[in-house]
Amino acid sequence: MSEKKLMLGNEAIARGAWEAGVKVSAAYPGTPSTEISENIVKYEDVYCEWSPNEKVAMEVAIGASMAGVRSLVSMKMVGVNVASDPLYTVSYIGVSGGLVLVAADDPGMYSSQNEQDSRAVARAAHVPVLEPSDSQEAKEFTKFAFDMSEKYDTPVILRTTTRLAHSQGLVELEDRCEPIDIPYEKNIKKNVMMPANAIARHPAVVAREQQMSDDGAEFPINRIEMRDKKIGVITSGIPYQYVREALPEASVLKLGCVNPLPKQMIIDFAKKVDKLYIVEELDPIIEEQVKSWGIECTGKEILTVLGEYSTNMLKKAILGIDEKLETPAQVPVRPPILCPGCPHRSTYFTLKKLGIHAAGDIGCYTLGAVAPLSVLETTVCMGSSISTLHGMEKAKGKEYVRDWVAVIGDSTFLHTGVNSLMNMFYNQATGTVLILDNSTTGMTGHQDHAATGKTLMGEEVPAIDLYKLCHDGIGIENTYVVDAFDTKELEKLIKQETAREAVSVIIVQAPCALLKSNKPKPAYRIDPEKCKRCGMCMKPGCPAITKAEDGTISINATMCNGCGLCAGLCKFGALNQ
Amino acid sequence: METRNIMIVGVGGQGTLLTSRILGGITIKAGYDVKLSEVHGMAQRGGSVVTFVRYGDKVNEPIVEEGQADVLIAFERLEALRYAHFLKKDGVLVVNDQRIDPMPVVIGAAKYPENIIEDLEKKYKVLKVDAMAEALKLGNPKTFNVIVLGMAARHMDFKKEDWLEVIENTVPPKTVEINKKAFEAGYALGA
Repeated sequence: MSEKKLMLGNEAIARGAWEAGVKVSAAYPGTPSTEISENIVKYEDVYCEWSPNEKVAMEVAIGASMAGVRSLVSMKMVGVNVASDPLYTVSYIGVSGGLVLVAADDPGMYSSQNEQDSRAVARAAHVPVLEPSDSQEAKEFTKFAFDMSEKYDTPVILRTTTRLAHSQGLVELEDRCEPIDIPYEKNIKKNVMMPANAIARHPAVVAREQQMSDDGAEFPINRIEMRDKKIGVITSGIPYQYVREALPEASVLKLGCVNPLPKQMIIDFAKKVDKLYIVEELDPIIEEQVKSWGIECTGKEILTVLGEYSTNMLKKAILGIDEKLETPAQVPVRPPILCPGCPHRSTYFTLKKLGIHAAGDIGCYTLGAVAPLSVLETTVCMGSSISTLHGMEKAKGKEYVRDWVAVIGDSTFLHTGVNSLMNMFYNQATGTVLILDNSTTGMTGHQDHAATGKTLMGEEVPAIDLYKLCHDGIGIENTYVVDAFDTKELEKLIKQETAREAVSVIIVQAPCALLKSNKPKPAYRIDPEKCKRCGMCMKPGCPAITKAEDGTISINATMCNGCGLCAGLCKFGALNQ
Repeated sequence: METRNIMIVGVGGQGTLLTSRILGGITIKAGYDVKLSEVHGMAQRGGSVVTFVRYGDKVNEPIVEEGQADVLIAFERLEALRYAHFLKKDGVLVVNDQRIDPMPVVIGAAKYPENIIEDLEKKYKVLKVDAMAEALKLGNPKTFNVIVLGMAARHMDFKKEDWLEVIENTVPPKTVEINKKAFEAGYALGA
C-alpha cells in the first residue's frame, strides 16, 4: 500500500504540483492560499518565489510556461483581480508547459475584504476551473489540471475555498513525474497579443471552451452517483461533503470541472431525477447556466449567496428538517486584535493622541480600525491607502489632509503601494505616508519580501532599502526613518510632516512582535503600591493588560512582550520590567 | 465506527493548531479516516478560533455541526460558553479555567460573563482544570494546552502509549519531554 499522509488542502496542492513535475512556482501570500508556496519550497527541484504581487507572480508563471516547463501560480481571490490583466490575455495565448493558477476563495470572509466568487472571473476570461472536495482530490485535481492545460492549450484555474485549503485529510503519496522541458519555439502569432494576432486567437478560445464542455462527461473528475431518483443534486467542491451528509440517499452529479460545464451530462442527469437541486456556495454560477438551458431546478431560491454552507443548513432548506438545537449563549464577541508588543499599536496610539485620521490598507494594521484605537478610517484593497489619501486631497484641497496620513505595511507598499506613491509625487500631492515597516508580511504568517533580504527558498539577498527607494528613487526629499517605539520622535515627525505642504514619507520601523528572530524583552509588572488605577496604561488597548472587578490592573506575564508602550504612559512609575 | 466529533476552541495564539496536529496524528495511528478543519489568517491574531476534528471509518464533511460534538476542548472559559451549543447532549466539555478578556471587555463595552463553568455544569458533563497553574508546576507555562488535551484523552478511545508516541513525533524535539510530562499530568487529572 502506498504511503498516506494527513495534509492540508494547500499542502496537497503543493504535493500534486510537485508530483506533476512542476518546475516554477510563484505567489504573493494571501489567506487562504499561503501554505501552498510554504510547502512547495520543501520539495527539491522546484524554483519557487514570493513575487511582489499577484500580477508579477502570474507573469512569472506565464514566462515559465512559454519557456516549456510546468508552472504554478497561487493567490487568494482578491489577488486574482490584481492578476486578471495577464490572465485574460494568457487565455488567448495558451501554454507550452502546463500553467495552473490556484485561486483561493473565502466564503464566510475569515480573512478577506469581500466574498467574491472566482468562478465568475474564470468565466469572463474563458478559462477552465477545477474544484476539489478534499485534500486527496486537491492533489489529484492539481495533476489533472496540468494535463488538461497542455491538452487544451489553456491556463487552468484550480479553485479552492478556505474550508478546503485549511482542512486536513488523508492523501496518498505518489512519485514525481519526470518534469517536461519543451524546447522553446518562436511563435509570434501565438505569443504576441497585438490586435491582428489576438483576433486570430479568439476563435481558438471559443472552440476550446466548446470542446471542453463536450468532453466533460469523459473527465474522470466529473461523476454521477446514482442513488434514489427522487432527489438529484448538482454540486462541487466542499458543498459536496455537506450534500453527502445531509442527503445520503440522493443522486449526485459531482462536478470536478465547474467551467465550462458538461452540458449534455447535466441534461442527461436532470432527466433521470424527479427534483433537481443545485448546491453551490456564493454566486449561482452553475445554477444560472443550467436554468438558461430550460432545465427546471432549485438553488438560490432556498439557499443563500452568503457565507459557508453546512449539513444542518441543507437539511433545513431541502428536507425541511429543523434540528432542535440549543440556542447559542449571548457572549461578548472576540474580534482579532493587535498582538501584545505590536509596533502598530504604538504608531496608532500616537496618531490617536494627535487626532490624526488614517487612510488604511490591507494587513494586520487594518486592526487599527478596531476600538479603542479606531484611527484607521478607510480600507479598500492592497495598496489603496496612498491613492485614497491622494484622491481626498484632490477633492477637498491641501488644507483638508493636514490632519490625515496614509498607513501601509512594508510588504503591501512593495505590492502596489509604490505605484500610488509615484502618483503622489508626480501629481504634486502634499500628504504624508507612514510605511509601517515590521520587516515581514505579518498577517499571513511571516513571509519574506523584497525588503527583508531573504527569499522564499532561504537565500540571503540584497534587500530593497525603503528609504533609498522613496528618497533617492522616487525623489521624495522629506523621507524619514523612525523607531516605532520612540513615541517622542514619532510624534514630532508626524506633526512636522502633516503640516508640511509637500509629500512626505515616514518609515516607522520595528519588527513584528511574533517574528522568531525578535527575542521578546522581559515582561512588565505593575507595582500595586505605586499604581493609582488611573487606567492610562490601558488606553492603547493591549490585550496583556486587564482590570479586575475591584479595579486592580495587572499584566499577564505570559502575554506581555515587553515593548514598554504602557510603561511610558504611567506618570507614577508603577510599571517596571 | 460512527464518526466521532472533537472540537478545540480558544483564543488565537493559544496553540490550538499544535493540539489539533497531535489529535490528527493519533487518529491516523489508530487507522481511522480523519478530517481536520482549522482557522488561519486574521482570526489567529487574538480572535476566537475553532478547530474541528472528525474521525471514523469514512469522514465526509470536515466541520462539526451544532449539537454534534462528542468532546469540546476549550482553552478559555468564555470560548467554552461560546461553543457549548455544539456539544451533543451527552458530550463532554474539558475546559481550562482561564479568563482572557476580549477587547470589548477590556475597554468596558461589554461584561465578562460570571459563573460560566457553574452554568455549563448544569447542562453538560464538565471537566475543568487550571491548566496554567498545572503547567507552571511543571515549569513551562506553554505546555498548558497539552495538559488540557491529556484530560480530554480520557474521553477518546486511544491508548496512552500511542498518545505519547504521537506527541514525541509532533512537538519540537527540544520540548518532547516536557510535553509528555504535561500530557501525563492532564491524563491523571482527567480520571
